[in-house]
Amino acid sequence: MSTPSSPIRGPVEAPRQIRTLKIDGFDVSGRAEQTILQVALEHEIDIPRLCHVEGLSAIGACRLCLVEIRATGRLVPACVTRIEEGMEVITDSKRIQKYRRSLLELLFAERNHICAVCVANGNCELQILAEELGMDHVRVPYLNPDVPVDASHKQLAVDHNRCILCTRCVRVCDEVEGAHTWDVEGRGVDARIITDMRQPWGDSGTCTNCGKCVELCPTGALFEKGTCVAELERREFLPYLTAMRRTEQ
Amino acid sequence: MIPEELKDVAAQWQEQAGQYAHQVYVCTAAGCLSSNSDQVLESLQKEVKDRDLHEQCLVKGVGCMGLCAGGPLVAVQPDGVLYAHVTPEQAPAIVDALGDEPAADLEAIEADAPFYERQEPIALENCGRVDPESIEECIGADGYAALARCLTALSPTEVVNVISKSGLRGRGGAGYPTGLKWSTVEKARAERKFVVCNADEGDPGAFMDRSILEGDPHRILEGMAIAAYAVGADQGYVYIRAEYPLAIERLRKAIRQAKRMDLLGGDIMGSNFSFDIQLRLGAGAFVCGEETALMASIEGKRGTPRPRPPYPANYGLWGYPTLINNVETFANIGPILREGADWFAGIGTEKSKGTKVFALAGSVLNTGLIEVPMGTTLREIIFDIGGGIPDGRAFKAVQTGGPSGGCIPEQYLDVAVDYESLRELGSIMGSGGMIVMDETACMVDVAKFFMEFCRTESCGHCLPCRAGTPQMLGLLDRITRGEAVMRDLEMLEELCDLVRNTALCGLGQTAPNPVLSTLRYFRDEYLAHIEDRTCPAGKCKMRSTTEVNR
Repeated sequence: MSTPSSPIRGPVEAPRQIRTLKIDGFDVSGRAEQTILQVALEHEIDIPRLCHVEGLSAIGACRLCLVEIRATGRLVPACVTRIEEGMEVITDSKRIQKYRRSLLELLFAERNHICAVCVANGNCELQILAEELGMDHVRVPYLNPDVPVDASHKQLAVDHNRCILCTRCVRVCDEVEGAHTWDVEGRGVDARIITDMRQPWGDSGTCTNCGKCVELCPTGALFEKGTCVAELERREFLPYLTAMRRTEQ
Repeated sequence: MIPEELKDVAAQWQEQAGQYAHQVYVCTAAGCLSSNSDQVLESLQKEVKDRDLHEQCLVKGVGCMGLCAGGPLVAVQPDGVLYAHVTPEQAPAIVDALGDEPAADLEAIEADAPFYERQEPIALENCGRVDPESIEECIGADGYAALARCLTALSPTEVVNVISKSGLRGRGGAGYPTGLKWSTVEKARAERKFVVCNADEGDPGAFMDRSILEGDPHRILEGMAIAAYAVGADQGYVYIRAEYPLAIERLRKAIRQAKRMDLLGGDIMGSNFSFDIQLRLGAGAFVCGEETALMASIEGKRGTPRPRPPYPANYGLWGYPTLINNVETFANIGPILREGADWFAGIGTEKSKGTKVFALAGSVLNTGLIEVPMGTTLREIIFDIGGGIPDGRAFKAVQTGGPSGGCIPEQYLDVAVDYESLRELGSIMGSGGMIVMDETACMVDVAKFFMEFCRTESCGHCLPCRAGTPQMLGLLDRITRGEAVMRDLEMLEELCDLVRNTALCGLGQTAPNPVLSTLRYFRDEYLAHIEDRTCPAGKCKMRSTTEVNR
């Protein structure tokens, strides 16, 4: 459909691509298509997050990046909310901290997260966040679900006890590697990540053994056999990959 | 078919129907059908045929007549007699009484009974009157006339304006102004646009959409076609749950009939407007009634909501602008265009116009489907139309809005029902489910029931709903077993606040509502469970104190 000509002469919508806003009292600017999280990170304001990784689609699932919009008092996920002109964003307050801690408690209680015996101990985003946000104990009962470990793959393994359903593996496998080996099955608290149509990972016909999922897993749910996640050197490889692809195209 | 021919079909049908001295309607909607109304229909047809009356007396199956508690229902016109609890064996008695006083040994319901007298059917005007499987009959009852008028006399913008002026608001629950939604989609620029009808009715005890689809499917097709014309869409989808086989069958049939008559498909009624409708069956996930999850499901993806904005009106199915309305909203479109925006705006309250269909269920005498003007009080609905509580028990609360709604206690029975008033009371209008509870209901148990529903139906996408609902359910379970302490109640309230403020979609955000509203009005019951370890309604089986201490 062609754009009908405007009855008003001259540019009606000035090409104003840059928005200025306030984050935690600081005046910042960003491009119109950027999210609050992107702009905040560019200005060295860190916002806690677990499901979001720069370079993958944002899904707003973990809710840890909730920030408050001053005008309405509403909480919005910073990873999927675009900036607006004149917006005032509060990324940290008593209320937000309380919610973030409670959300982490729910995560810890949902599966069997026992740091002391975990391969990711010391290098786990969940653990680090809990420390940073001062979540030192869990006030809700552990649900203790009976979930399996799939070690059928020759190099890699998945331990559902430690999965937080951030679906980074699902997205990186689909959006970057293009294999779509990972997906989610089941509903609600019974949701699980699966390989192919819930075949053992070792039998997967689509897995390319690239290991991107392991690299991105924030906890010890996905790991390489014979190594511990704690010694895994976490590199931000996605921005690099994305940048390379752009140059090639 | 061109608009003139449509009038011919209507006139033909009316003339044909006028030849019958008697018309006998048998309800064949799901409720009556489950008490064998199909056999009643058969035996009546056979009886009429045997007596050689089939030229004077028409016997036909129709959609829901509303009073489901009295099913199977049989109505006789023009006598204006309605029989309840009809058995196949009573067919001769009914035929004997044609044109005469109602048969004495049959259960006849007065035509001026409050159940019917207080209602004002608009969305349901043809339910229980027309044969849902006959398109000629639907055309005879003004079906597709509004579409014909839109295509010949109104521009898309004019149609949107009529809907805006009528004040119609979304009947799916949230009450978003329908006209505003239409105009947003109309103004969106895109190569394609879609119209979607949300028929994924999932609230426990709700059957409004089902009855409309089973009783008058053509009205929904017409409403969707008008919407498509107004917003510039060429493809429509009805997202309907697979648990409604009868509604699906009738919709399929209706679509085929409409296509055959050029009322759907390419170049509708000789105009250059084309619109096709396809069905998409839901696999039973409650959250697929949420619009973004519904769209994901139509696209063939996992039915989970995504953050809004962008709203479907800008970025909907496959990224194209998409108009999503509920079944009942579409059912109101035809009448509004036929009678005018002012007529519709004259019904209801200041901010909520028109009527609302409610599915009356639970501890009430006349369970069934009703349609009342907005602003009718809960007392009128439950006691006048619903006939009150059976067995002389006392009223306790009414639950509206399904799992996203809340329980309203007796002191608010005189509140006029509209979107705002129910929200102020901590409940919502919702899609129209209304569950009446009497003194034997334990409100903690009710809250637990809905929380269990929310836990099972959580899609698992966002953390607060996925991991929060099992925790809330666990706490409610402790309370109903007499094992809770006050700290548990505090924790429950904290979790309610957390989930309400942090969940991604509307269903997650409202999942705590049944707990919050029962806590608001029946806090003493929670305290009795915790402090005294007793259930005031005697419903919960409590563990004894010694057991707990051990």
